[in-house]
Amino acid sequence: MDIERPNPDQLLSQVTAEEAKAKRGKLKIFFGASAGVGKTYAMLSEARQQLLQDVDIVIGVVETHGRIETEVMTDGMERIPLHETPYRDHALKEFDLDAALARKPAIILMDELAHSNVVGSRHPKRWQDVQELLDAGIDVYTTVNVQHLESLNDIINGITGIKVWETVPDRVFDEADEVVVVDFPPDELIERLRQGKVYLPEQAKLAAKNFFRKGNLLALRELSLRRTADRVDGEMQAYRRRTLMARVWPTRESLLACVAAGEHGEKIVRTCARLAAQLDVPWHAVHVEPSSPSGESERARQEILRVLKLAQDLGATTAVLPAPAVASALVRYAREHNLSRLVMGRPSRRRPWRRPLGDAIEAEVDDLDILRVSLAKSTPQKASEPVRPLARTPIRWNDYLAALAACGTTALLATPLLGVLELSNIVMLFLLAVVGVALRFGRGPAVAAAFVGVGLFDLFFVPPRFSFAVSDFQYLVTFAVMLVVALVVGQLTAGLKVQVEAVTERERRVTGLYEMSRDLSAALMAEQVAEIGSRFLATEFGFKSAILLADEKDRLRVMPGAACDVDMGVAQWSFDRGEAAGRSTDTLPASKCLVVPLKATMRLRGVLAIELEGIDLLRPEQRRLIDTCALLMAISFERIHYIEVAQRTIVQMESERLRNSLLSAISHDLRTPLASLVGVADTLQMTKPAPTSQQLELIQTMRNSAMRMNALVGNLLDMARLESGAVHLNQQWQPLEEVVGSALASGAAMLEGRPLKVDLAPDLPLLHLDAVLIERVLFNVLENACKFTPALSPIEIEGRADSQQVIVTISDHGPGLPPGREEAIFEKFERGSKESATPGVGLGLAICRAIMQAHGGTIHGATRATGGAQFILAFPRGEPPSDDGTAVENPEEPGHE
Amino acid sequence: MSEIRAKILIVEDEADIRRFVRMALESEGHEAFEADCLKRGLIEAGTRRPDLIVLDLGLPDGDGVDFIRDLRGWSNSPVVVLSARSGENDKIAALDAGADDYLVKPFGAGELMARVRAQLRRRAQQATPGEPMIRFDDICLDLSRRVVERNGEPLHLTPIEYRLLACVATQPNRVITHRQLLKLVWGPGHIEDTHYVRVHMANLRKKIERDASMPKHIVTESGIGYRFVL
Repeated sequence: MDIERPNPDQLLSQVTAEEAKAKRGKLKIFFGASAGVGKTYAMLSEARQQLLQDVDIVIGVVETHGRIETEVMTDGMERIPLHETPYRDHALKEFDLDAALARKPAIILMDELAHSNVVGSRHPKRWQDVQELLDAGIDVYTTVNVQHLESLNDIINGITGIKVWETVPDRVFDEADEVVVVDFPPDELIERLRQGKVYLPEQAKLAAKNFFRKGNLLALRELSLRRTADRVDGEMQAYRRRTLMARVWPTRESLLACVAAGEHGEKIVRTCARLAAQLDVPWHAVHVEPSSPSGESERARQEILRVLKLAQDLGATTAVLPAPAVASALVRYAREHNLSRLVMGRPSRRRPWRRPLGDAIEAEVDDLDILRVSLAKSTPQKASEPVRPLARTPIRWNDYLAALAACGTTALLATPLLGVLELSNIVMLFLLAVVGVALRFGRGPAVAAAFVGVGLFDLFFVPPRFSFAVSDFQYLVTFAVMLVVALVVGQLTAGLKVQVEAVTERERRVTGLYEMSRDLSAALMAEQVAEIGSRFLATEFGFKSAILLADEKDRLRVMPGAACDVDMGVAQWSFDRGEAAGRSTDTLPASKCLVVPLKATMRLRGVLAIELEGIDLLRPEQRRLIDTCALLMAISFERIHYIEVAQRTIVQMESERLRNSLLSAISHDLRTPLASLVGVADTLQMTKPAPTSQQLELIQTMRNSAMRMNALVGNLLDMARLESGAVHLNQQWQPLEEVVGSALASGAAMLEGRPLKVDLAPDLPLLHLDAVLIERVLFNVLENACKFTPALSPIEIEGRADSQQVIVTISDHGPGLPPGREEAIFEKFERGSKESATPGVGLGLAICRAIMQAHGGTIHGATRATGGAQFILAFPRGEPPSDDGTAVENPEEPGHE
Repeated sequence: MSEIRAKILIVEDEADIRRFVRMALESEGHEAFEADCLKRGLIEAGTRRPDLIVLDLGLPDGDGVDFIRDLRGWSNSPVVVLSARSGENDKIAALDAGADDYLVKPFGAGELMARVRAQLRRRAQQATPGEPMIRFDDICLDLSRRVVERNGEPLHLTPIEYRLLACVATQPNRVITHRQLLKLVWGPGHIEDTHYVRVHMANLRKKIERDASMPKHIVTESGIGYRFVL
């Protein structure tokens, strides 16, 4: 899949992170290997540079430790006075955070990021002060020594033997905007130390002797450089994510998994897949097929193909290479595909007569890395193989028989030794047998073995032999102790075994889950998700399952491929409540299935039904695993749902665009004949001899109809353009007066004879308008007023400005707007009254609204209290340019006068 | 009114429109020639030496603006442009290139004839360098003395307002774009600052128009510029 394409969420979070970052101050860390390398000095020189460029920079804290050269650097820089806290008989000085925040410089210097503040400060640590400064938008310069980094603290303690208590979380370091490494060669540092140029606190003087050894310094220096390199690597990865350059980066260190017959191919493939994921490199999986016909059995071949299929699923490129010599075939393949590392199995035991493949390859070439995966003890997990049942394991009598046999054998073996060994040592042999049984067969058989062992011991070894009677009273103590010890050891051993098994089991489950989530993330269809989920449940537990998805109307629908019958009642209950139901829950436990809701972030997507034949209660970890599986599936369903939504939207947008362009084309083609129609009518009017008055009237009608048609086409065209988003606003700052004037001029014919009152406040600001479109808005509103009011009734236009916007009201003296439809009249193809004889299709006001919205303004209609309609247009004020060109000199024409 | 008989070239690809324009022109006694494409139009303009050209901007074989640029190299015959309503940028480009007026389709024959008459009259006036006095309403603009008077009383204009008025008033009936005014008054460095023109034009109107919100002389051509009407 396209991993290198960042998804919208990623981009969004990146944008928000960047926004937050832009507001936040920047943290610059001067990072050094140890004290005395000159971090503070470096910080101060940088600060002085900034100061020269007039940056507002102040000193929060700088520890000069009385060093003259450092002290000199601080000369002439503003300092935030330290805050004094009275403590017992003297005052403790500490950085004054509130003063710094109040001062709000551009940059503040905060030496020694790891410093612990004195008791009673706002934050216990200085780095917390720094966080607050950064949050306030202040840039911070600071210094850190490598041993103060939390994660390296232990390592450095191990190297140098000095425990540092003042630490900085690595997060702070990693989130810093810039890290400057102040590097200083250890030899010179030791020299500086010898000259007494390095400040050390009194109590540290002794420790320092050990600390400033060359070995330590070298180690610290390496650590600091490596830590910075890690950070740079992290930055690089972030950069790659940002700039989608994944593909451009050269392929490196690619892996080749070598799958051989009869070995544990699956493990090799999985290991290789994991490595490839960690290294973020592509990988291949190949199997070399010997060309001799006796080479492989059909079954082995099937197994190999299955493993290669798995590799393919895990993202590998796979191949089967027919070749006589396995090693050279692999080497050739690796060369051809530029793969530098081979991953292969290490046989569990060496056969002296067979040279391992790895050795053979090593003998052939020496520039390929070979990784050998341990295959010992790994039992292959076949995907098709149902795993053991989950109910209580039935008592396995064989184990108990084996325990008895073990005790019997011990008794037999010990009998000839009776004369040689002390009785107490024979007891030991029995204990050994119990431990063995516990390890092999578990708790129950171990208990049995303990009792039988004691019995056999008494019967065969304790005099009188062959009788349970005991001659010496002391043996009772022996028996008791032996029994107790046997029981305890047996229990402990068996417990250990159970734990190991549990851990292995958990590990396996997590791996399974991980693989499932990987598969899910690649799934593109709901069916795939259902199949992956079912496969996981079948593989992990041997459960049959079915998935029910909800459709638009929240009706559950069984997905194809369901392996079990679903009780729809239980499923619906679970879906409605969003809770699990059915077997192994408290709700409807008699049902055959367990039903788990598929709860995604936005809503329930459906339910997962699992058939639990013969199992009454699931173990908690099983239940957890099933819930996790359900969650993963739900998220995948949701993702797929949104992919579909997005695709639908794109299709919708596309068809909308098509419709609009079609509309434009039609409108345009309608207009040309109209133009000639109008022209011809006009010309007809001018013919000589002059037409009769009746003819003239007909000609006029023809012309007017054509003009009206044209207006209609114009409206349609405008609406199409506005809706398709093809309108590019040509906004310019201009006085409202001019637009009103041109609208009145273009409407002069229809307004003829009407008393017009234009009242624009003298203080109206310039507005950022597209003059043509706003003229159209005013024209349409005026036209509307003319249409619906009695002829010769007055119209008033008024313009007022408030602090936020400029309001233009156009009022008439007609019947007013139809009550309750003040908003509806702005809809497309809406008219005040349906049966009106007034011409028009009701696009005019819809266009007005679209244009006003494009300008960030609004238009509303109302009926005035005094009667008559009123249209209120609100324009945002914006920030008009203050320069009106009065002071601008024309270079071409010197001012006259 | 048809005192001027002129040779007029119609460059238009729609035969119907061409025909009625021709009929309208001929009904006023003008002599009309037709061209249906840009190439043909240039040839006709070169050979017939028309007194005025009616030019459609949307020609099949090229841009009308190029036609005007080409024409202006060797002729200063007035050009009236015909265009679609939404093509503000085309109109501005044509006017900047040297067109004198424009008409939006569909237009009436009466409208067209009025524009043609105005352009022919202006051309005739330019031919006879005359009167340095321009009079409209009760206002008199004396170009030689650089004074504006209303009923003989001096009217105080700022230098910029005077220059704006002089620019538009000397070219009556011609559409002058914002760009052309900016270049003439403020210099080529300010041709994007259209609000300069608008602000000062608004002030100028308040001084010379009877009703500044319904101007009679300095008429706004929305989104394009101004036209001075005597």
